[in-house]
Amino acid sequence: MQNPQIEARLLAPTNYRRSRGAWLFLKTVVARAYPRIIGQQREKSWVFFDIFLPMLAVSAYVFVYRAIGAPEEYVGFVVMGGAMTAFWMNVLWSMSSQLYWEKEQGNLALYIMAPNSMMAILLGMALGGMVATSLRALAITLLGSWLFHISYQVASFTQLFLVFLLAMVALYGMGMLFASLFLLLSREAWHLSNLAQEPVYLFSGFYFPIKNFQFWVAAIASVIPLTLGLDAMRQLVFPSGAALGFLSVSTEILILALLCVVFVAAAKFLLDYMERLAIREGRLTESRR
Amino acid sequence: MELAIKTEHLGRIYKLRGGKKKDTPKQLVALEDVNLEVQPGELFGLLGPNGAGKTTLIKILTTLLAPSSGRAWVTGLDVTQAPHKIRERINMVSGGESSGYGLLTVRENLWMFSQFYGMPSRLANQRIKELLEMVGLGDRVHTKSSDLSTGLRQKMNIVRGFMTDPQVLFLDEPTLGLDVGAARDVRRFIRRWVDEDERRTLLLTTHYMVEADELCDRVAIINQGRVLACDTPSNLKRRLQREALFRIEVSPLNGARLETFAQLPGVKKTTCQSTESGAELNLILESDDALSGVIAALTSNDIHIMNLEKRAASLEDVFVDLVGRSMQEVEGAESTD
Repeated sequence: MQNPQIEARLLAPTNYRRSRGAWLFLKTVVARAYPRIIGQQREKSWVFFDIFLPMLAVSAYVFVYRAIGAPEEYVGFVVMGGAMTAFWMNVLWSMSSQLYWEKEQGNLALYIMAPNSMMAILLGMALGGMVATSLRALAITLLGSWLFHISYQVASFTQLFLVFLLAMVALYGMGMLFASLFLLLSREAWHLSNLAQEPVYLFSGFYFPIKNFQFWVAAIASVIPLTLGLDAMRQLVFPSGAALGFLSVSTEILILALLCVVFVAAAKFLLDYMERLAIREGRLTESRR
Repeated sequence: MELAIKTEHLGRIYKLRGGKKKDTPKQLVALEDVNLEVQPGELFGLLGPNGAGKTTLIKILTTLLAPSSGRAWVTGLDVTQAPHKIRERINMVSGGESSGYGLLTVRENLWMFSQFYGMPSRLANQRIKELLEMVGLGDRVHTKSSDLSTGLRQKMNIVRGFMTDPQVLFLDEPTLGLDVGAARDVRRFIRRWVDEDERRTLLLTTHYMVEADELCDRVAIINQGRVLACDTPSNLKRRLQREALFRIEVSPLNGARLETFAQLPGVKKTTCQSTESGAELNLILESDDALSGVIAALTSNDIHIMNLEKRAASLEDVFVDLVGRSMQEVEGAESTD
């Protein structure tokens, strides 16, 4: 230490006023969201992996639909589905397996040991992921719309915003639930992520309206929040969307609201259970370094 | 005044799964009947080999692990009943940890952790800057933490621990990975940090004897989950004041067994360490008189004495006296088990 004055200041008791309760919760959410919003943008490879590659898949579907003479709205459906795929990928690979990686890095023990709430940590992770992915989704939407000349006609901006918000809360609530679940399952989580990726592409109707499924298949697929979110958004932004929609927009909003409550409450319950188990057994916070 | 740390008959048993899931779990006793009292303002050391139970004890005290038996209190609060209140008052740094996010800079990582403790951002940033300068990382504030070497990363971890100015700080092998100069600076700061405010307490685990000897007000020697002795370093060493301690550098032992020397009259404990030129024997003898027997035994085994010195007792000798083996030998035996 070169400067005795600075050293004296560092050694002196700080007696600072520590944030508690809701304010601490909020600070934790913001702090944990920070690495996702700021940190992830520093890895420029996301432009290639999260925009260029999804655009290839979107383009493939667009060319198929145009080749077989499908209604032009389907092209818009595909672009919107491609944009929303980014959220699913983020939830699956960056939310669900995140607590497992936090454990491996040694962060999980520090999170539990700090006076904050673990729910705030998860929420920060979700919020950060949501904001960062929104940028990717927006880029895909804009690029796809420009490339394939898609026009939108929004029936209700309020409903559109509400549907998007509810779909995101429910989806990231599911991600928060999976985060604890995947940690408990440990390395087997990889297989679950792989297993869930492609079937969800199919059953959520990323590239076609789920009305094409039988009612019960579509109903079961609606457990994944993106299914109804995507369906309702398509109904709201394309003139013929309502005719191709699975349920009415208001019904889908209601179900999405219900899914939000269920997933967030289940995430809280499982997180508390995980924390108790970690402390009782001492294994969950141990990294393999 | 309330004790900073107290444990009563504290124990922890881990259930270990066998190779197959159907195997009945085996048990590992990590801590057994640990009774400790640490005063506020004290720099308390836990000294023991790897696997002795030091980290398990710290995990219990930092509310990361529940005890299997007994009780523990930190700043008067029960670790199982008031973990959230305890967490406001403590912090912990482990040697070799790789916490934080590689994409964030050193400052950003530390700021993030400060927010989890409810620190005002301005104060946090000021302390981060100054603490980084203190540990010689002042020029790395804006370096991504993934670009830091192991030693520099450990300095960042140390800053994380002191940044929140906790009432009780737990340092688990804090100088692991640090170069000699940095380790010396950190030890000096640790000592001064405790001395500056009598409400601050620091519990340090280490397997560096010199570190414990130099830094700690009191030291508990721990092995196989049990506390074998607990006192000031000078009192611990005083246990051996009636014995005569010798270090003998010899040529290779030529197959002669260590037990040969340990069984000689007047020899209390013997440890042996291989060196480049042969071996180093450390002897605890009942008195100087026993030395002649050892020298005779060495000579009769055709082992040459290259250097012989009588020395003062160290904490290493105390450990050998208590356990019967040196810490290195214990760790070696554990790793081959």
